[in-house]
Amino acid sequence: MARYDSPLAAVGNTPLVHLPRLSPADDVRVWAKLEDRNPTGSIKDRPALHMIEQAEKDGRLTPGCTILEPTSGNTGISLAMAAKLKGYRIVCVMPENTSEERRQLLAMWGAEIRSSPAAGGSNTAVRVAKELSAEHPDWVMLYQYGNPDNAGAHYATTGPEILEDLPSITHFVAGLGTTGTLMGAGRYLREHVPDVKIVAAEPRYDDLVYGLRNLDEGFVPELYDESVLTTRFSVGSEDAVTRTRELLAQEGIFAGVSTGAALHAALGVARKAERAGEAADVVFIVADGGWKYLSTGIYTAESTEAAVAALQGQLWA
Amino acid sequence: MAIEVRIPTILRNYTDGQKAVSGEGDTLSALFEDLESRHTGLRERLVDDGDLRRFVNVYLNDEDVRFLDGIGTKLTDGDSVTILPAVAGGMH
Repeated sequence: MARYDSPLAAVGNTPLVHLPRLSPADDVRVWAKLEDRNPTGSIKDRPALHMIEQAEKDGRLTPGCTILEPTSGNTGISLAMAAKLKGYRIVCVMPENTSEERRQLLAMWGAEIRSSPAAGGSNTAVRVAKELSAEHPDWVMLYQYGNPDNAGAHYATTGPEILEDLPSITHFVAGLGTTGTLMGAGRYLREHVPDVKIVAAEPRYDDLVYGLRNLDEGFVPELYDESVLTTRFSVGSEDAVTRTRELLAQEGIFAGVSTGAALHAALGVARKAERAGEAADVVFIVADGGWKYLSTGIYTAESTEAAVAALQGQLWA
Repeated sequence: MAIEVRIPTILRNYTDGQKAVSGEGDTLSALFEDLESRHTGLRERLVDDGDLRRFVNVYLNDEDVRFLDGIGTKLTDGDSVTILPAVAGGMH
């Protein structure tokens, strides 16, 4: 179905495309789930809308309410768009060093922005949001890191869509952030395809960024359940950038840097299957398009080395 | 058989400051024994009581070896091993 009653109804039902050039063999195929085709351009439209609608259903969110969320990225943009259309006020808490593009994207959907100190990154934003929540008990914090409806969105939509389009799926690969995508779609797929392998791609930053992030490193989202995963890859900036550029050059897909990390893990498991002489259908998530990362210069850099240098010291997932 | 081992900043005092060193071995355990012969003291920082130390993460071709066979994980020529310190309370 390609006709919808409203923009919000058009969340999900994204294309699944085979990557003929990047797939290692005729029977080891790699597939991209294009989540950048959602209304605000990222996979986060799914959990944002689902968290809001579930909160409406059980009465936590009622007309006139204010939504509060610590976020510097895609979830805030998705929540702000849904809040605008549904008539809620929304306050986003984000680190003061977040890029101008993100501030404008949130502001254009009508979100109010409260800055949190740069030190400690999103961990500090979470703390500031929790303080605001205590000061304003009537505000509703949906809290993507611990809200079961985040994973629930993927259990209800992302997982079923993939299985319907590709019943022969052998591997599901996605980035590890709030862990909602892997937990939700992972559980659904395992229930229906017991042998399916659920593969996490975790971003690995260089030492410089580790220094900036070390408060974040100890943070484990409440949603995370390691038993859902079959394995986990740690992908460095260099590999993430290399794969992001390969995806663009070879298959024409313009994606964000975290997608390059997921592709790197997908090609890792595909190569293992090929070596073992096994057929495989590997699905990975394209979480968003490259638009918000254009200013890094990685897409037009002369060489991969230059692109990697351009990304040095920056957070990309 | 050569395997490239990437060393984190915090352990480079055992490798004369080198970011990557080369080693041999059929398993991760054998590789660490081999590295110890040239980089004395390194193994002690990685292995405790025959198993990987709790706050050390080791990746084989970027895959977390705790999801493979841990310190018994088999290695093949041309593999790449990455060692990273895990911060207490990390995602394990």
